[in-house]
Amino acid sequence: MANYNLKINGKSYQVDVDEDTPLLWVLRDHLGLVGTKYSCGIAQCGACKVLIKDDAVPACVLPVSQVGEDEVTTIEGLSESGDHPLQEAWNEVDVAQCGYCQAGQIMAAAALLKKNPAPSDEEVMDAMNGNICRCGTYHRIKEAVLLASSKIK
Amino acid sequence: MKTLKTNRRDFLKIAATAGGGLLLGFHFTRCDSPSKMKVVTDEELMAQAVNYNSYLSISPDGHIVIFSPNPELGQNIKTSFPMIVAEELDADWSKVRVMQAFLDGEKYDRQVTGGSGAMPHSWERLRKAGATARMMLMEAAAKRLDVDISELSTEKGQVLHSGSKKKISYGDLAKDAAQLEVPEDVPLKKVKDFKIIGTPIKNVDNKAMFTGKPLFGLDIYKEGMMNAMVKRPPFGMKIKSVDDEEAKKVSGVTEIFTFGDNVAIVGISTWPLMKAKQKLKVEYEPKNGKLESSEMHNQLFTDLMKNGKAQVMRKDGNVNSAFRGAAKVVSAEYQCPFLSHSPMEPMNFYAHVKADGVELVGPTQTPDRARSAAAEIAGVDVEKVSVEMTRLGGGFGRRLRADFVEEAVSISKKIGAPVKVTWSREDDITGGAYRPAVRYRFEAALDKDNKMIGYKLRGVGMNAGNCTRENNFPSGSVDNLLIESIEYKSDLTTNAWRAPITNFLAFAEQSFLDEVAEAAGKDPVQFRYELLDRAKNKPVGEIHYDIDRMRGVIELVADKCGWGQKNGVGQGLSVYFSHRSYVAQVAEVRMEQGNPVLERIYAATDCGIVVNPTGADQQVRGGMVDGMGHAMFTNMTFRDGAPTQKNFDSYRLIRMKEVPEIEVHFVDNEIDPTGLGEPALPPTGGAISNAIYWATGKRLRNQPFIEQEELKEYKIGQRA
Ligand code: FES
Ligand code: FES
Repeated sequence: MANYNLKINGKSYQVDVDEDTPLLWVLRDHLGLVGTKYSCGIAQCGACKVLIKDDAVPACVLPVSQVGEDEVTTIEGLSESGDHPLQEAWNEVDVAQCGYCQAGQIMAAAALLKKNPAPSDEEVMDAMNGNICRCGTYHRIKEAVLLASSKIK
Repeated sequence: MKTLKTNRRDFLKIAATAGGGLLLGFHFTRCDSPSKMKVVTDEELMAQAVNYNSYLSISPDGHIVIFSPNPELGQNIKTSFPMIVAEELDADWSKVRVMQAFLDGEKYDRQVTGGSGAMPHSWERLRKAGATARMMLMEAAAKRLDVDISELSTEKGQVLHSGSKKKISYGDLAKDAAQLEVPEDVPLKKVKDFKIIGTPIKNVDNKAMFTGKPLFGLDIYKEGMMNAMVKRPPFGMKIKSVDDEEAKKVSGVTEIFTFGDNVAIVGISTWPLMKAKQKLKVEYEPKNGKLESSEMHNQLFTDLMKNGKAQVMRKDGNVNSAFRGAAKVVSAEYQCPFLSHSPMEPMNFYAHVKADGVELVGPTQTPDRARSAAAEIAGVDVEKVSVEMTRLGGGFGRRLRADFVEEAVSISKKIGAPVKVTWSREDDITGGAYRPAVRYRFEAALDKDNKMIGYKLRGVGMNAGNCTRENNFPSGSVDNLLIESIEYKSDLTTNAWRAPITNFLAFAEQSFLDEVAEAAGKDPVQFRYELLDRAKNKPVGEIHYDIDRMRGVIELVADKCGWGQKNGVGQGLSVYFSHRSYVAQVAEVRMEQGNPVLERIYAATDCGIVVNPTGADQQVRGGMVDGMGHAMFTNMTFRDGAPTQKNFDSYRLIRMKEVPEIEVHFVDNEIDPTGLGEPALPPTGGAISNAIYWATGKRLRNQPFIEQEELKEYKIGQRA
């Protein structure tokens, strides 16, 4: 066990956990930030994606000891009152079915739009292909990313 | 084994150094509100709301609380059911608050998600619940205004008086109206007067889902709760010995014990359990000799297809003489693998066995089954078991079972504490209850005029029960028909998997009918029309589908896709009736640089009245993506009683780039609505395989397509 100082959603946290504990389980079990989901645990599905600085990273394979000083953003911290352009677009397009994958989808999209505020269809698909949606909401995910992009402009 | 004395508070050494003091633990608030203006909590609302019936309470402040009794797993019932109540009530949708009801056998009689059956079951009940309350509100208003009820009407949560132009809100009337006698026969609205039904109403959990609120079973945390994971045996094996020496050393693990052929690992948080599970050494031995493998399954299919003792499911006319006198015989075999359900949220459940009962919380499609299972293990009456349903991160049939509930209850009972059992993805994929593997053999006899005079289907399924649907099309349209089913009792566990049996049968049958159409030299659409005409004009035996509705969806899809009018495109038709709805699909494949590219799939659906167009579109689309993904990519093979695919790196699910354009159309009618969670899935595989055939000349008979010899020469996969 060791102490780690983490910067998450603009707050500082101190946790005392084993160094190999993935950030995902620190968020979920120790900090109560359960918006970040577990599904595969091996960086295949994207359900656990969070932003580390501006990159979408699968938190299930990121040991807490490697997070360091980097700013972490989870779905809970994407906006103060749930009105990030992506969250609004996700509602307008009514993207979700079961909804379980959607936090990870939104975080992957957030990273994309940070780097590329006006992505093409192809660029959206490239960026989102690492996220599985078992319910098959892919068409609406794409539509919502493009809608959010138009809101940012 | 010694139990480490610890509680979550000790464990959670968390300090929030900026923006707000010390964070210790956390608790869950519900966030069911569809609207942004939520000020009142659910608890506050329920404290003042006046109850009208099992589905409905009205609060004096104007909020309408609608309870959704059925588990929500993405089929959107938590939105569409309340819409129906709100419609007949003439509620203002922006004032509606939807709450998930607990399991309650007295208030509701079918709290199940499965078989796309909820909508037909509850349509009238929900309408009456709304209409009855509306009538009571009008009566209360009539009294208060001292006018005749016939002078009153309702609109958006208000009762209006035509003469005086007076308006009284439902909230205002809530208490008075609830005192009145409940009227018996209330009139229901005409379809043309619907204002909420038929409009796209957004998912009521959107806000909570998109801001990361705890909605799902895996998000459950309760004070004093322990976590647990379980190591389960491969199929056909039992425990020989357990060595937990190393596993116990993992810090954060409090207890390891064996129950049945399972080993439970208990601790405070999830990660140490995952680590301990890796270190746990369990030796297994076969229960009775042979362990199952895919090679063995293939051999069994061959042997049983030839010599197995079949159960005759349907027999019309005399197939033997029809085939003897045939001018042409077409025959083919089709096969599919086992599949895991793999909802994105792995199995999990919370159980607290107390002295006087059991508290259950979690994602289940059958809360009732969860309750009886818990009662039996805990040795209490079912009335002493409460079941709270969380949102389900997918189900697809896997959560119809209660194995994960049983585990949670057994562990909670043993450790004397509340516990949440979590399955890893590997547990989920290797843990059983699969879509059964099936092989079908079809034979068709054509006479000299190319009329289908004989049809035989013989299915062999692994723990599939009856692997045919003997009364489905084309039964009723062929004079001589024989449908037989053979079941092999496998050690592998199987379970209903979205559109049970038809999820593969439809592909096989619709592909085979295309083979027959080709042999008969007929257009696939015309060929099906001919059969339907025949079923209509001279039905053979019983007909269990509506011929006109089936024809209707073919006509609609043929019209939308421009059937037979496109150059350089292979069009594949498939049509299926399942779970009371009719869906026809046409897939289009174009050759690009010598490779087949699936460009688009059109769907025409007849599910009666479309309650919520946005939700219905999702169900059809989702079913098609699901049907396509598993037909194309997903395989599950076995060695020594265990699957060789264990996680999404080898168990391949469809991704965004692999999905074609999809166009969704609905037949416009006023027939009572039927479910949509399943019916769009069965036709998709057949539409795709037929389109691939017409584009490449390669006939796919086995799934997954991507692994078949026929496609080896092509590059197939993600769009550029
Ligand atoms: S849970 Fe991390 S990528 Fe799947
Ligand atoms: S909405 Fe269910 S997994 Fe994506």
